[in-house]
Amino acid sequence: MQVSDRVDGVPPSGIRRFFELAEEMDDLISLGVGEPDFSAPWSARDAAIASLERGETSYTANRGKRELREAIADHQAEKYGLGYDPDDEIIVTTGASEGLDLAMRALVDPGDTVAVAQPSYISYVPGVMFAGGEPLPVPTRAEDEFKLTREVLEDAGAQEADALVYCYPNNPTGATMTGDELEAVAAFCREHDLIVLADEIYAALTYEHDHTSIATLPGMRERTVVFNGFSKAYAMTGLRLGYAMGPAKAIGAMNRVHQYTMLSAPTTAQHAALDALENCDDDVADMREQYDRRRNFVLSRFSEMGIDCFEAAGAFYAFPECPTDDAQAFAEDLIQEKKVAVVPGDVFGAGGSGHLRVSYATGLDDLKTALNRIEAFMD
Amino acid sequence: MSSRAEILALLRENARYSAEDMARQTDLDPAEVEDVIAELEADGVIAGYQAIIDYRELEDERVRALVELNVTLDRETSYADIAERLAKFPEVEGLRLVSGDYDFDMEVEGDSMSEVSRFISEKVAPVPEITQTVTHYVMESYKERGIVFGDGDDDDRLSVSP
Ligand SMILES: Cc1ncc(COP(=O)(O)O)c(C=O)c1O
Repeated sequence: MQVSDRVDGVPPSGIRRFFELAEEMDDLISLGVGEPDFSAPWSARDAAIASLERGETSYTANRGKRELREAIADHQAEKYGLGYDPDDEIIVTTGASEGLDLAMRALVDPGDTVAVAQPSYISYVPGVMFAGGEPLPVPTRAEDEFKLTREVLEDAGAQEADALVYCYPNNPTGATMTGDELEAVAAFCREHDLIVLADEIYAALTYEHDHTSIATLPGMRERTVVFNGFSKAYAMTGLRLGYAMGPAKAIGAMNRVHQYTMLSAPTTAQHAALDALENCDDDVADMREQYDRRRNFVLSRFSEMGIDCFEAAGAFYAFPECPTDDAQAFAEDLIQEKKVAVVPGDVFGAGGSGHLRVSYATGLDDLKTALNRIEAFMD
Repeated sequence: MSSRAEILALLRENARYSAEDMARQTDLDPAEVEDVIAELEADGVIAGYQAIIDYRELEDERVRALVELNVTLDRETSYADIAERLAKFPEVEGLRLVSGDYDFDMEVEGDSMSEVSRFISEKVAPVPEITQTVTHYVMESYKERGIVFGDGDDDDRLSVSP
């Protein structure tokens, strides 16, 4: 059967090949995983189970359960100082993934240019393309520790773009941005009238400074949609729950797509999410503490091995320089010879080449063994 | 977090971490880690280190009982006096003063049920201040000090994901 040109024009993800290589290996230790190694907090799982026992298996309101939207609004206000109205400025989505897709379809017209800060999560460019937009890669630089700056935006020609999508704390680099650093990006977007799609799914996982949302900066709320979710902070990836927050007009347009294509996000997961917001702060703090220790461990080991790695301060990734020229070959050989999986940085787009994404969403014992194997591999 | 709190958190997670591995997880260097541990031990904060054992996995399973003790005090005898006396028995693995229907919660371990029963009837019950004992034999242990017994969680995540 014929597939559409739109889909045909989007290449398959480069991560696929590493997945296939890794799947063939026994005793593989994977530092290539983009999701938490924890299970969702029991309290949240228990709430989901209880909702099933009560028989709450119907659709919810399109935008998500009212109670959940209120809890999201309160949580975001308390943690990040964001103020969104649960009535018309918040939509609960099937993962942040759906939120991003909705925003592309609701806010991007065919031919619009969307600047994509890279290296980045792999769904942004295809998302823009599926919506008929033109992605414009904005490579960030190792010497800036993969932060977005006015200079890299200008160098990429983002002043001509209609929108900017980025993610901090970042997947794959682990980079974070402070409020001051974000203000330079905000000023650029105000000056050149760009909409901002801010993927803040790792906001709860910062280790050096608190997360700042760009939507709290002057003049930004009206041009920003913020994406967040339960996958990372609450280790709920499989429950598929996220949310988007923004001006009523944007969220309304997104809901127009959502009400036809999704109806509502998974009901059971909404129950888990509500409990997560109400009862799981300590679980999040615990997981965060463990990630931070592993981060210190990984960075220390890299420095002992003489591998160059900036101090990634968020998410659960380190993004060291590859010790050899060809990161793809390094990652392939490492799987085959030492049974350790990492992901070469160029899979994540411009600016990622010559680097490796090393996920520390793995228990310390495995992490330690894997790093020893990398050390042995380099000899 | 203070370095004491940090080291305690690490040791509670795994008391067999090497000083090097603890240093790598914190801002301390190995010598500092050793110093903090020495200080915690000297201050009596760390009273000891033990393995958490799932006895079901061993050939010779130990018998354990939780014993509720009621006591009466008099002018000369305090809870601490009774506790001191009981704690000296090597059979007593744990001893806590608790609120509620009884006074002490005592954990006893032995090679057999008869050994444990004999210990309670011959050594514990006759203590003059002890007015009542209720013994609960442990039939199955599912979780000890934060560690869930069993097969462990299999990692069912995709081996590589975005
Ligand atoms: C940066 C980023 N955004 C979005 C997602 C998708 O999140 P969700 O599970 O909420 O769809 C991921 C998952 O890996 C991610 O890393």
